[in-house]
Amino acid sequence: MAERSWSLGGALRGLFTTPVVDDEMWDDLEAALIGADFGPDLTDEILDHLRSEVDRLRITDPADVKRLLRETIEERLAAHDPTLRLSERPAVVLVVGVNGVGKTTTIGKFAKFLTGYQRSVVVGAADTFRAAAVDQLATWAERAGAGVVRPQQQGQDPASVAYQTVERAIADGTDIAIIDTAGRLQTKAGLMDELAKVRRVVEKLAPIAEVLLVLDGTTGQNGVAQAQAFIEHAGVTGLVITKLDGSAKGGFVLRVQQQTGIPIKLIGQGEGIGDLTGFTPHVFAQSLVP
Amino acid sequence: MATFGTLSDRLTQTFSALRTKGKLSPADVDGTVREIRRALLDADVALPVVKDFTGRVRERALGDEVNKALNPAQQVVKIVNDELVTILGGEQRRLQFAKSGPTVIMLAGLQGAGKTTLAGKLAKWLKNDGHTPMLVAADLQRPNAVQQLQVVGEQAGASVYAPEPGNGVGDPVRVAKDAMKVARDKQHDVVIVDTAGRLGVDAELMKQAASIRKAVDPDEVLFVIDAMIGQDAVATAQAFQEGVDFTGVVLSKLDGDARGGAALSVASVTGRPIMFASTGEGLDDFEPFHPDRMASRILDLGDILTLIEQA
Ligand SMILES: Nc1nc2c(ncn2[C@@H]2O[C@H](COP(=O)(O)OP(=O)(O)OP(=O)(O)O)[C@@H](O)[C@H]2O)c(=O)[nH]1
Ligand SMILES: Nc1nc2c(ncn2[C@@H]2O[C@H](COP(=O)(O)OP(=O)(O)OP(=O)(O)O)[C@@H](O)[C@H]2O)c(=O)[nH]1
Ligand SMILES: [Mg+2]
Ligand SMILES: [Mg+2]
Repeated sequence: MAERSWSLGGALRGLFTTPVVDDEMWDDLEAALIGADFGPDLTDEILDHLRSEVDRLRITDPADVKRLLRETIEERLAAHDPTLRLSERPAVVLVVGVNGVGKTTTIGKFAKFLTGYQRSVVVGAADTFRAAAVDQLATWAERAGAGVVRPQQQGQDPASVAYQTVERAIADGTDIAIIDTAGRLQTKAGLMDELAKVRRVVEKLAPIAEVLLVLDGTTGQNGVAQAQAFIEHAGVTGLVITKLDGSAKGGFVLRVQQQTGIPIKLIGQGEGIGDLTGFTPHVFAQSLVP
Repeated sequence: MATFGTLSDRLTQTFSALRTKGKLSPADVDGTVREIRRALLDADVALPVVKDFTGRVRERALGDEVNKALNPAQQVVKIVNDELVTILGGEQRRLQFAKSGPTVIMLAGLQGAGKTTLAGKLAKWLKNDGHTPMLVAADLQRPNAVQQLQVVGEQAGASVYAPEPGNGVGDPVRVAKDAMKVARDKQHDVVIVDTAGRLGVDAELMKQAASIRKAVDPDEVLFVIDAMIGQDAVATAQAFQEGVDFTGVVLSKLDGDARGGAALSVASVTGRPIMFASTGEGLDDFEPFHPDRMASRILDLGDILTLIEQA
């Protein structure tokens, strides 16, 4: 596999080829982790851990430090189960997140992924706010071979569109209903309450199988605040990390997982309909620290 | 946000311990600089920029201006604040208008940064100022970007040039080129070109952006960047600077609680001025950029100044 631009490969290159474990190596490693958005606290924590392991195991070869780093990251990522729970019928999936992170695009890709496995899918355009958001979702639905429920009028209450989507999934015997919501910053109390309402209203018809929080891979430390707020207001069950086809490393998601215990379930790596994969800690750690 | 003010608290503590000394030792200064470094990293300022910045602060803090000051601790905080404002506001300036013919403003940036929304905001703002802006739909990639711009244009009361349906159909360079003739014929005095979001590492799309730039010969190329972006701000800003060579920066989504360290990263690495702040989804949520407000947002130093005065 070609080295991905978001891997730490570039930042680490040369780092572990020095003959000895010395201060310079530790400084460079710190710079690489900070540069990958792990944040100062988690970076210190990881470095402390590595240092004590290096002492304990009497490691002298930097190549072994690199292996340790990869294992540490993988271990932390693997502490949570990334399996999607979609066994209910219909399985209702609510997709939430701040503005512009890739919610609607992810729904398009995810719907295609599911129809590819012969599951019937309907998507609900409960973003009744953003300009052309409904059309955008409808375009994706068409590409994915999924049905779409549109609002009956401009600016309709998102909760009622969500309700109608699930209602239709039940009536048609559709396997999976995915509901798109408008982007909202986690600091906007009114908009966060609106999400709680969408949940409540949908749950009158069917339990919600997954609430996926989409996080933009280019985000910095604010990602943690986003996750905390959406967990509180929307009951998030899984994370989707998008835009990992760029040069950002997405290290903040480790902090998010560690602080919230919510697993990463999907990874977005492009604007094409096929650019979505499940999350495998081993592959992720291997790509990050090649 | 939970971490807000912790720098304030820590620095106030450090400084009140120093107060009795009257003079700062290099060790005192190092301790302070370490706290500032950490706070900048928490605010997502890029590491190379943090290093540069703290290096300069350290040097000045050890110099005469601090040793001769009545309250050295306070003087250090003032230096930090001054340095921040200097970088953020280095070359504060307004929009550049064309001397003849329509003024062309091209928007560029990563996917989802807020370009299309900004196109509407700029159009509305310019219209209120007596201009006759025309929006150009040169994002033919993102699903229904053309419709989005049409809706936004309607909300702003500005006309939209959208000859192609988009969703992968049409050539954005061609649209941009044709738009210039249309603008002249219809006597629009400002042309705002919306472009597709693209990654810094996407060489092909970056070349397309450069071709659009060449086709419209803009007076301003505004690089729109999300205030929530992390350490990648530097690589991305550099890629756009090399790829399209923007003339100014717009920081978006400042209505959230991100500290916005990217502002410092981008301003100091590219030397381009931050011209506007985007502060919401509505078309009026937009204002000229204020370096002093941004400085206190990133480091929350305003409070420290008062706290030290009272200590
Ligand atoms: N490169 C890249 N771009 C992506 C990815 N996912 C989404 N995008 C792009 O990001 C932009 C925003 O995506 P949307 O799906 O509209 O995001 P959203 O969260 O629905 O946005 P709002 O509804 O406005 O809050 C679009 O230009 C997408 O094509 C990804 O994994 N990689
Ligand atoms: N809260 C907030 N949301 C914003 C701001 N600017 C834009 N948005 C939202 O961010 C999302 C993306 O904005 P767009 O204008 O579509 O971004 P774009 O850069 O054109 O995106 P692409 O064309 O997909 O690359 C939308 O949901 C906007 O409403 C802002 O300043 N604050
Ligand atoms: Mg959307
Ligand atoms: Mg756009």
